[in-house]
Amino acid sequence: MALLSVKNLRIEIKTRAGVAPVIDDLSFDLDAGESLSFVGESGCGKSMTALALMGLLPEGVGSVASGSITFDGEDLTQASEARLRALRGNDISMIFQEPMTSLNPLYTVGEQIAEVLRAHQGLSRKQAWDQAVELLDAVRIPNARARAEDYPFQMSGGQRQRVMIAIALACQPKILIADEPTTALDVTVQAQIFDLLQDMRRQTGSAIILITHDMGAVAEMAERMIVMYAGRKAELGPVDTIIAHPRHPYTAGLISCVPHILSTLTSEREDLVEVPGIVPALQDFGKDLCLFASRCRHAQPKCVNQRPPEIAFGNTHQAACWRAEEL
Amino acid sequence: MSLIDPENTIPEARSPFSEAWEMFRGNTAAMIALVILCLIVLGAIFGPYLYPTDPFDMVWAPFSPPGADGFILGTDYLGRDLLAALIHGARVSIIIGLAAAAVSILIGVTVGALAGFYKGWVEELLMRITEFFQVLPTLLFSMVIVALFGASLPMITFAIGVVSWTAVARITRSEFLRIRELEYVMASRASGATNAKLMFRVILPNALPPIIVQAALMVGSAILFEAGLSFLGLTDPNVVSWGQVIGSNRQYILDASYTVTIPGLAIFITVLCISLVGDGLNDALNPKLRSR
Amino acid sequence: MQILQAFAIRSGYAVILLIAVLVLNFSMMHLAPGDVADTISQSMGGADQELLDKIRADYGLDQPFIVQLGRYIGGVLQFDLGFSFFYNQPVTDLILQRLPATLLLVITAQVLALLIGVVMGVISARRPNGMLSHFVTFLALFGYAAPVFWTGILLLIAFSLKIQWFPVAGMMDVSVEGGFWFRAGDIARHMVLPVITLGSIFLALYSRLARATMMETLGSDFVRTAKAKGLSPNQVVYKHALKNSLSPVITLAGLQFSAVISGAVLVEAVFSWPGLGTLAFQSIIARDTPTILGILFFSALVVIVGNLLTDLALRLIDPRVGGKG
Repeated sequence: MALLSVKNLRIEIKTRAGVAPVIDDLSFDLDAGESLSFVGESGCGKSMTALALMGLLPEGVGSVASGSITFDGEDLTQASEARLRALRGNDISMIFQEPMTSLNPLYTVGEQIAEVLRAHQGLSRKQAWDQAVELLDAVRIPNARARAEDYPFQMSGGQRQRVMIAIALACQPKILIADEPTTALDVTVQAQIFDLLQDMRRQTGSAIILITHDMGAVAEMAERMIVMYAGRKAELGPVDTIIAHPRHPYTAGLISCVPHILSTLTSEREDLVEVPGIVPALQDFGKDLCLFASRCRHAQPKCVNQRPPEIAFGNTHQAACWRAEEL
Repeated sequence: MSLIDPENTIPEARSPFSEAWEMFRGNTAAMIALVILCLIVLGAIFGPYLYPTDPFDMVWAPFSPPGADGFILGTDYLGRDLLAALIHGARVSIIIGLAAAAVSILIGVTVGALAGFYKGWVEELLMRITEFFQVLPTLLFSMVIVALFGASLPMITFAIGVVSWTAVARITRSEFLRIRELEYVMASRASGATNAKLMFRVILPNALPPIIVQAALMVGSAILFEAGLSFLGLTDPNVVSWGQVIGSNRQYILDASYTVTIPGLAIFITVLCISLVGDGLNDALNPKLRSR
Repeated sequence: MQILQAFAIRSGYAVILLIAVLVLNFSMMHLAPGDVADTISQSMGGADQELLDKIRADYGLDQPFIVQLGRYIGGVLQFDLGFSFFYNQPVTDLILQRLPATLLLVITAQVLALLIGVVMGVISARRPNGMLSHFVTFLALFGYAAPVFWTGILLLIAFSLKIQWFPVAGMMDVSVEGGFWFRAGDIARHMVLPVITLGSIFLALYSRLARATMMETLGSDFVRTAKAKGLSPNQVVYKHALKNSLSPVITLAGLQFSAVISGAVLVEAVFSWPGLGTLAFQSIIARDTPTILGILFFSALVVIVGNLLTDLALRLIDPRVGGKG
């Protein structure tokens, strides 16, 4: 049985115009130790999915309307707040996009790591602090014992993200969600953080859900990927398969935005194509049509009349496009 | 998240004034306050003609309570008509409020504009002076000025204005610091505008919204300030103002509390309306701050 | 150690500010019509020109402005603020007798307003549409618009005259005897209404700001991190969010010290509280210039010390204040 199983998840948020489904009928499984990636432009509902898994949807704004999130046989959409707290940071943890603001400026980084160990593992102050130092060392912060006394403002962005990783992995979670963990960092630091995440995953056996808009990162980090568009799953499958033969025009567009993936895999280089247009407005999210149709060069009349079903290619690969079989 | 809807994002071309007025009108509390405020001002202007009883005349027995003997608000310790005092006193209270606010806006804007425009040692010096004025308790300072130089209305106005400008200076300075770096200021500078023109024709008009809001609040504070000074007896005894009524009846709180509480209520309502209008102006002029 | 160094620099700057206050004081005294000689001659019931000249020479009033200023500042540095001919004692003694009563009032009002304001701000930020949140909005309007003395008089009428819970005036009941705790209780009873009157204005300010900053902090990234760690709501709010919301409120409180003293002058006048405000009021009526200026100097001193303490508190809360370590 899968470690995490999301079935027909629908998340709605309230806007001035009314209720809009930012996640519309999303289903996927995640196995223990697996690495899965969510890809898509900003505004596709990737981060909402992550927050829903954590039970941290913004109060009074977003909520799970239907569907289930089953973790280790337990439906998280039905779990009590206390139960979710026991899971958060312990069995499921998360690192965020903005390392500069995600740490509390007024506490030392050591305290911020030790805190989560005390909360979930019942360690004493001394034990928690010692382990926090070990974790800092594990995320390759040099001179960890001294740096544990530092405040976030005394560290660079990359170092702060390492601290965030140390916090997230402190309790050896079964799932680590990384929401655009390198977007705010320099390119050279990005590679280091990905290396670190891969190493830590090997050491702790955590499954990783990587949320990104960077196809290059997906190719490097993940085994399987889900392409999201306007709150809907456009395509799901093994990374190699999808990159070699994308079945959804949106996926194809995203891949062609990144030159080096194609050149290494097929050693022939196409011209760079961008995906024209923008993600549709929130009020259009629930409509019964293919939301990508307005940007799609393969669009047919059918695409704007009916939402395409998910068409399977073998056991592992699905795409939600009327013309998936032709492409 | 991309929430841009091309149909809704094209704004109609309207003058900033009518747009602000639109916003302001939508604010019920501010609109009601504005109406009451207008009534108070009209009362201050025309009231003395409609109710010509001299507030200094002893018209009846002292301490006649409100409603009794045909005096709506009663009489004070000298048997003077309290309603007459309120109506005739409104003018002075409001004029002192406006004039003192004008003094402090004038000082504050000048100091803040020079500091924010020239930066460097000018800013350093002016901000030190501002800090110096913040250290002196405002009421005590103005008490000292009035005590040493006499309790005439111009001196009271000056004393209130000269101790209350620091907030205006700080706001003006930070607005100037922000605006002086914007492209259109750079452009005017590059096209050879003089410093004076840059300061007063280019930057100042754009710095006005927060200053206007602050000015509205300053009028309220100045009315309160005058009342406080009067309560302590630091006022011109020959000119009736709301504060002066309170000050002259102060010793009789225990015998006839209405002689103090009723003028106090007049001040409270006026200042409350000013503050509500100020809040409305703030929302209307700085719509960016609204989404808090 | 860095804190101490910064503190020393600030203190040095505070001394300069105080000297500036003295210069202002002295200039005002110089500019004002009438001088010490006039005051003395008045208290003696008039004097002829010869006597006036003699007094002026005795007090050095015939010296150039700058010499007199130097003497004045020199005197103050030796705690000599001049002599009050009205009270017939040195101004410093007079002020030191009255200062404790004012400090008691001012500090109690400030501390209570800050504590209760922060608590109210936190609770109403967690429930932005709750009763308390509406009360904070109401209080903010009332606190700004109500004349202090008017609030005081209303409270006095309600709680001292109508229902006689609290005494009408003064700081203690001299007609009864008792030990230390009895005295303390008596003073506390006298303090209730003055502290409420003075504190409510600042409670209005602090609770509104605390609510606004708290709401902003509750939406910040590190609070989301704290939630993602699985901490309890109380830990998230009180350990992570509150500490970050304190700095703006404390900064505001620091800026309000001079306003608190201004308010205290009026509150003291309403409740006949025997502090500096009452003294200022009395000496203004008596045209006792040295005492008035001495009070202005001492209140500036209190404000400056208050600002120094604020600065220190901010440094203790936030490691980022005062440059990179």
